[in-house]
Amino acid sequence: MEREPAAAEEPAPPGRRWRWRRRRRREGRKRTVRSNLMPPPGAEDTAAGAAKGARRRQCGGAQHLADNRLKTTKYTLLSFLPKNLFEQFHRVANVYFVFIAMLNFVPAVNAFQPGLTLAPVLFILAVTAFKDLWEDYSRHRSDHEINHLGCLVFSREKKQYVNRFWKEIHVGDFVRLRCNEIIPADILLLSSSDPDGLCHIETANLDGETNLKRRQVVRGFSEHVSEFNPLTFTSVIECEKPNNDLTRFRGCIIHDNGKKAGLYKENLLLRGCTIRNTEAVVGIVIYAGHETKALLNNSGPRYKRSQLERQMNCDVLWCVLLLVFMSLFSAIGHGLWVWRYKEKKSLFDVPESDGSSLSPVTAAVYSFLTMIIVLQVLIPISLYVSIEIVKVCQVYFINQDVELYDEETDSQLQCRALNITEDLGQIQYIFSDKTGTLTENKMVFRRCTVSGIEYSHDANARRLAKYQEADSEEEEMVPRGSSLPQRGSIGSHQSVHIMHRIQSTKTHRRTGSRAEAKRASMLSKHTAFSSPMEKDIAPDPKLFEKVSECDRCLAVARHQEHPLAHLSPELSDVFDFFIALTICNTVVVTSPDQPRQKVRGRFELKSPVKTIEDFLRRFTPSRLTSGSSSIGSLATKSTHKSGSSFLSTLSNNSTLLRLEERLGQPTPAITSNGYSSGAEGWSPEPAAREQEPERELEQAQEQEQELRYEAESPDEAALVYAARAYNCALADRLHDQVSVELPHLGRLTFELLHTLGFDSIRKRMSVVIRHPLTDEIYVYTKGADSVIMDLLLPCSSDDARGRHQKKIQSMTQNYLNLYAVEGLRTLCIAKRVLSKEEYACWLQSHLEAESSLDNREELLFQSAIRLETNLHLLGATGIEDRLQDGVPETITKLRQAGLQIWVLTGDKQETAINIAYACKLLDHDEDIITLNAESREACAALLDQCLHYVRSTSPCSTPEKTMDNMSVGFSPLGAPSTSTTSDPSPSLVIDGRSLAYALEKNLEDKFLFLAKQCRSVLCCRSTPLQKSMVVKLVRSKLKAMTLAIGDGANDVSMIQVADVGVGISGQEGMQAVMASDFAVPRFRYLQRLLIVHGHWCYSRLANMVLYFFYKNTMFVGLLFWFQFYCGFSASTMIDQWYLILFNLLFSSLPQLVTGVLDKDVPAYVLLTEPQLYRSGQHMEEYRPRTFWLNMADAAFQSLVCFFVPYLAYYDSDTDVFTWGTLITAIALFTFLLHLGIETKTWTWLNWTACGLSILLFFTVALIYNASCATCYPPSNPYWTMQILMGDPMFYLTCLLTSVTALLPRLFFKALQGSLFPTQLQLGRQFTKKSPKKFNAPKETFAQGHLPGEMRTEPAEQKSVSTSGPLSQDCTLPVSWHTQQPSCSPEASGEPSTVDMGVPLREDTLLAGLSSQTPGSSMPEEAVLEGCPGDSKRKPTSTSRTTLLSSIFNLPTFSSLNWISSLSLVSRLGSVLQFSRGSLQMDKQDSEFLPSAPQPEQDLKRADHGLLLGASSRDCS
Amino acid sequence: MTWSATARGAHQPDNTAFTQQRLPAWQPLLSAGIALPLFFCAGLAFIGLGLGLYYSSNGIKELEYDYTGNPGTGNCSVCAQAGQGRAPPPSCSCAWCFALPELFQGPVYLYYELSNFYQNNRRYGVSRDDAQLSGLPSALHHPVNECAPYQLSAAGLPIAPCGAIANSLFNDSFSLWHQRQPGGPYVEVPLDRTGIAWWTDYHVKFRNPPLVNGSLALAFQGTAPPPNWPRPVYDLSSDPNNTGFINQDFVVWMRTAALPTFRKLYARIRQGNYSAGLPRGAYCVNIIYNYPVRAFGGHKRLIFSSISWMGGKNPFLGIAYLVVGSLCILTGFVMLVVYIRYQDQNDEDEDEQ
Repeated sequence: MEREPAAAEEPAPPGRRWRWRRRRRREGRKRTVRSNLMPPPGAEDTAAGAAKGARRRQCGGAQHLADNRLKTTKYTLLSFLPKNLFEQFHRVANVYFVFIAMLNFVPAVNAFQPGLTLAPVLFILAVTAFKDLWEDYSRHRSDHEINHLGCLVFSREKKQYVNRFWKEIHVGDFVRLRCNEIIPADILLLSSSDPDGLCHIETANLDGETNLKRRQVVRGFSEHVSEFNPLTFTSVIECEKPNNDLTRFRGCIIHDNGKKAGLYKENLLLRGCTIRNTEAVVGIVIYAGHETKALLNNSGPRYKRSQLERQMNCDVLWCVLLLVFMSLFSAIGHGLWVWRYKEKKSLFDVPESDGSSLSPVTAAVYSFLTMIIVLQVLIPISLYVSIEIVKVCQVYFINQDVELYDEETDSQLQCRALNITEDLGQIQYIFSDKTGTLTENKMVFRRCTVSGIEYSHDANARRLAKYQEADSEEEEMVPRGSSLPQRGSIGSHQSVHIMHRIQSTKTHRRTGSRAEAKRASMLSKHTAFSSPMEKDIAPDPKLFEKVSECDRCLAVARHQEHPLAHLSPELSDVFDFFIALTICNTVVVTSPDQPRQKVRGRFELKSPVKTIEDFLRRFTPSRLTSGSSSIGSLATKSTHKSGSSFLSTLSNNSTLLRLEERLGQPTPAITSNGYSSGAEGWSPEPAAREQEPERELEQAQEQEQELRYEAESPDEAALVYAARAYNCALADRLHDQVSVELPHLGRLTFELLHTLGFDSIRKRMSVVIRHPLTDEIYVYTKGADSVIMDLLLPCSSDDARGRHQKKIQSMTQNYLNLYAVEGLRTLCIAKRVLSKEEYACWLQSHLEAESSLDNREELLFQSAIRLETNLHLLGATGIEDRLQDGVPETITKLRQAGLQIWVLTGDKQETAINIAYACKLLDHDEDIITLNAESREACAALLDQCLHYVRSTSPCSTPEKTMDNMSVGFSPLGAPSTSTTSDPSPSLVIDGRSLAYALEKNLEDKFLFLAKQCRSVLCCRSTPLQKSMVVKLVRSKLKAMTLAIGDGANDVSMIQVADVGVGISGQEGMQAVMASDFAVPRFRYLQRLLIVHGHWCYSRLANMVLYFFYKNTMFVGLLFWFQFYCGFSASTMIDQWYLILFNLLFSSLPQLVTGVLDKDVPAYVLLTEPQLYRSGQHMEEYRPRTFWLNMADAAFQSLVCFFVPYLAYYDSDTDVFTWGTLITAIALFTFLLHLGIETKTWTWLNWTACGLSILLFFTVALIYNASCATCYPPSNPYWTMQILMGDPMFYLTCLLTSVTALLPRLFFKALQGSLFPTQLQLGRQFTKKSPKKFNAPKETFAQGHLPGEMRTEPAEQKSVSTSGPLSQDCTLPVSWHTQQPSCSPEASGEPSTVDMGVPLREDTLLAGLSSQTPGSSMPEEAVLEGCPGDSKRKPTSTSRTTLLSSIFNLPTFSSLNWISSLSLVSRLGSVLQFSRGSLQMDKQDSEFLPSAPQPEQDLKRADHGLLLGASSRDCS
Repeated sequence: MTWSATARGAHQPDNTAFTQQRLPAWQPLLSAGIALPLFFCAGLAFIGLGLGLYYSSNGIKELEYDYTGNPGTGNCSVCAQAGQGRAPPPSCSCAWCFALPELFQGPVYLYYELSNFYQNNRRYGVSRDDAQLSGLPSALHHPVNECAPYQLSAAGLPIAPCGAIANSLFNDSFSLWHQRQPGGPYVEVPLDRTGIAWWTDYHVKFRNPPLVNGSLALAFQGTAPPPNWPRPVYDLSSDPNNTGFINQDFVVWMRTAALPTFRKLYARIRQGNYSAGLPRGAYCVNIIYNYPVRAFGGHKRLIFSSISWMGGKNPFLGIAYLVVGSLCILTGFVMLVVYIRYQDQNDEDEDEQ
């Protein structure tokens, strides 16, 4: 059995053994790599062909470096058997079974034919081995596939690059890679087709980030003008030994002349990445095969053990105890029996072989051991195998679920861990990342503030709303086009622009639905972050007008001294703002389908400025002298002093060159004399521009459609696209210059002096450029508002300008707060104008820092800080990270399912809170405890306060120092909200710093206690480590089942720590997925995964495990009772073959089918009644009580099944094995009937399995009993079955026994089903009662798109549910006829009116719809009796929201918000309880109403606060 | 396979009833309402079956006599006493006389019953060699080790048949005498000693070794009889079709009993005048008492039993059916009560709605 598939491994390439695992640890801490092309000393192997040459690896022999062959297989043909067996015997169960089997070989104690007991063990081992082998073989196949990928390797013999397989690459080989090729090994970049010696790689396979990373040719090699020739490479590379640190690479290259050059991470191309945007690169292989960083990072699959399995193992231990007890009992019995008949010369007593009689003690010992063999079935040997089979099938079904398939990304759910499916049904806590998990991680430009004026981009908001309605795209154009004129200010450009917008939307409209457009963008892998939604931004008309004005003004004024001075300060800011948006980033412009090629001219110098001489050269007009003569010569030595000379503008005499450039002609000739195009993208000829604006626009359009932006982060891309929408398009980015395309000004090329990249400490990035219009040096900085606001130039309040500036700042700050409240990601844009002296001064230190070897990073950091001061605020942007589809619904459902959801995010508090509101994680009518502490003591104090608050559950009692007015507002509300016990619990918001304190040993208990009381917990600003610590804490302290879901690398630790890790296989790619147990395409699939599949998996497996225990106990019970009648001699009445085969063969199939297919409650009921999930959380199906009840039932059944045949055949001439066969048959029937009672759904598969099982038993028995007259001693069952089947008594006994055995179970089950039905049973009853009603929503339900008809069905279904105890939640006491009173002012003023609980959103909707859907409102006519709590709670929310809305308007509220943050500074923090009821009203009204035609039943309740708030406002 | 990564929905799972777990299914819901008819039906059926079984079992007549010979229980106690302590016990015979007032409806079977005799004792049960019993010459001379200590005789000869089961062969014999008229002569009732074993046992499983020179005795040459046997195996009966390993008493004995109290068929009475049964009159069973059971507290019984379609007399099954059937009906009534009350509740609920 094991051999056969092993033979399948044969196709392994020959020479496999040749490579026999040379894995010796090399000495030393360094690796030295030399070119393979250098002739090895002495060994000149000329005869060898190319292939052989490739294998002649490192002939020096001293170094055994791994080659590039990938081998993830565990076994070879030879090592399979021993290695696999060795691994299998690590399982205790297997050792036990083998021990039993071996015991049977001892003659004195053997119970069966010795070989026979080996059969099941061998079977199990063989099945497992086969499974392992299959897995290994598929690994081998994928390895083989990868190993035989081709790539170009330089061959010494042929003196050129030849195609080789990946596996033939060795350390020291030269590899040439072309665009879009995957890197086969870790390669040191030596040459690139890119003139700057750059190479872009996409690391999605490694870290999942889809943005492009930049790699650089090793310093010293980039100077090679001609193509790199590997034959001339004689340097020696020293680097660190292979390690798994992806972010680090150190080494040096030693040239022949003894010169050393450092090697950094930037020089290394990692295996698995993809070359992008670079035509070709050449590099030398440094690490190959398993020593590459990618493979060293690959840490195989994890083994997790599910909770159910742990519990099961505990019960297996009970079974062991039971077994020992039974055996002991038997042994003592046998001892007594032997002692009793010892001297009696009893004829049936068999003396020892030497004739002496056995002493009772020895007999007892033998009997004990034999009993263990006989009763071994009690330890379910097949259980483990069955569980594995069931789990594999469950995984298959989860994978196959079409409703977990994401059409947009064409991906389905992946189960990466095979053995924890049932844990999905027992989750208690969900820890979720925010960005990319709850949200799309698609950044969409929403609003901006420039120079203190807010541009709300209403059209953009509408556009986004449109995207929400997925497929109604045809109508989309009309409102979009017509929405703009509402603002009233449509310039000619704008109308043109609108035209353009329509065009561009058409382009993606053509691809069909949004889903398809998305897929199209996913497929065109060259571009990261550019769905149409992100690309097409509808500009704000006012702002658009201003930008155009700037453009026009500048176009006119460009030739004057200070073109920018002609602009008003505001317009100047607007202009700078957009320039900053466009260029202050690292976005790379590409055209599709082509690698980035630089055909245009370039400076002869490498940029950024590297040396002082460089600086001098570049900032003296010397180079200009050759190109133009209008600028007088400035002494190069006077650079530092004559700063003003830098201000000299360039003349416009470079028209020729510019024209050349504009035409886009490849001018390779120019590149040779680098500087000829030095003035290359300076302003285009204005005349030509103005004459043909249309043409220009078209051209720009074309270009716009053609160009793609590749950004390192989605935010950057969003900003660039936003700027493009204002016709300020990034046209080109080279290493040293960046071009911006403007309609009138044409192409502006900025000389890029420095890019100070983003880091998480500075939280900002800057570019230093030379402005082409003014020739001044500008610093554009973009960063987090909190940081930028502190770095602004302090403005004096004396002069008007300073006051104005201050006003702008405060207004911007206000808008920033507003953005944060809206859940937008905010960024501030600022600029600084540097004088030449300042720049020179800074440059000096910067260059020092750059050239420093020791603490370069630190110095560069300091340098950046020096530069980014005294900033002038330009404006701020608000970027929306949109919620994923169906997130609020999913969260509501999961909540109802009793899951506590924690959001752990790195985002800031305001954003996080607002996202939490948006996704219904926080409720508007619930309290929020905010925990912001600056010190440990403060944190402790706060925790105590919070705990006190939670315990007292009265918000009035908590001290509210900072917000007296707030507490006034709240005081009347607290009492009723706490009087309802269902969900008074507040939510907790905690920031990263406080979390760090709270997670300390002495506070963690308090924190947990508090968190446990809270409905939801929001951890902001948390680090990946903190995330995992929180999960670990909850998991270990609360003993809860945890699930962590995330999409990015920062969630990996959390995912790994949690019981179940779920990765989102979305934008950020693979890293989270690699670490996860399950990978879902979208957050919303979690709902179905947990509530449906989790529940099913758990319930199936729990029932199956219980059934297994029952079955084995019952079977063993039969044998045990028989001991009372055979002198406890460990004799069995059941034929040993039946005994062994019974579990494996006869009774295994039906339970497997049931374990795989049984559905206790259908999917749609589970989804509409998520609280059914709680049965899994509380382990209702499989807990100690059920286990022991089950065992008791098994004992009873075995008693019946033994004693009925006993009495029926008492005093008869039946022989032991005939009787035993009868009992076996009875047991089989009883098992099947028992299973029948337990099976909830009977498909044809169940019937077949049961039939097959019976058929199999009788067939096997008949054949076995007819096969051999004298074989199979001692039972010798010849013709037994045949005789038995001819006896009517056999059937009569079978019937009687099975029915009697199951009578009590059936009775109690039926009684319980009627009298005390469990939730699950009720759930099933609903199915019975209204099966048709569910059919319609069934298809659409899980897709997340709930059609309008859906509204009635769940409601109706709910109304059924309230009849039973199921409706604990008291949902939906809704009558449509009560809407009128609720709108009347007196009703809203009277909090005790029950009628208040009307979801007004539906009312308003239904008011319009009611005429069309008379049937749909019918079911609601029934007025249900609501819970008293319900009637109380709703009025409270009403009054609360009215109060709030009357007290606060939005700006004041946001300032309140800041009061709370101010209180943080006071090092004490504050406890903050407030409701956000009114907060989001505006936003919600505008955002949710368009999508309201899909109301979700479950959301109603959650929405009440909001809706009532809105309504009361309407009514009053 | 035409799919590729770019094809629409390349990874879309198949939308079949099986993969989507939407196979049409019958979903029984266990509740009083459903179980109610089930219980009633089963109860009625069981009571019916039980009555049938009970009456047919009652129609079976049994006559049994304990001839163990415990002191004061008839004349067999003499033999029992005589056999005490002596090995081999002397041949002794005793008799059991009874009178039948009316015809004992046939066919009548004569059983002997042993109680407290653990034929199912593990070490006893395995002590046999089926290969030897099937007449395999090699096995005849090389009995398996399981037979030990009855594998080889003291002289080192292989024992045939080997093993403890064979060694403990029941060796009492009975003959039935009928006195038609009081004071009349006792006529021996012919006991059919053939056909008491399973057909397959007698014809397939148990075979004599191939005859040597037409003689069974020669075939068994070089073997020793089991220690307890007074005669070698080929001497068990004079009938060549009933001697050696295919002696039916032996074959019956070798089929070990399930429980420590068991019967084994000794003979059938179906010949001559007795084919219809035992006519009325006085009968005596002459018992040749050999088998010692008193040492371990065993009992020996003789049983005359008629037989029906359901085998021997066993009132248990009928009674059990009746009891279980009644229980079913009873639970059915409980269910009914529950069902009615539950239904009321439901109706109320619905009214409320």
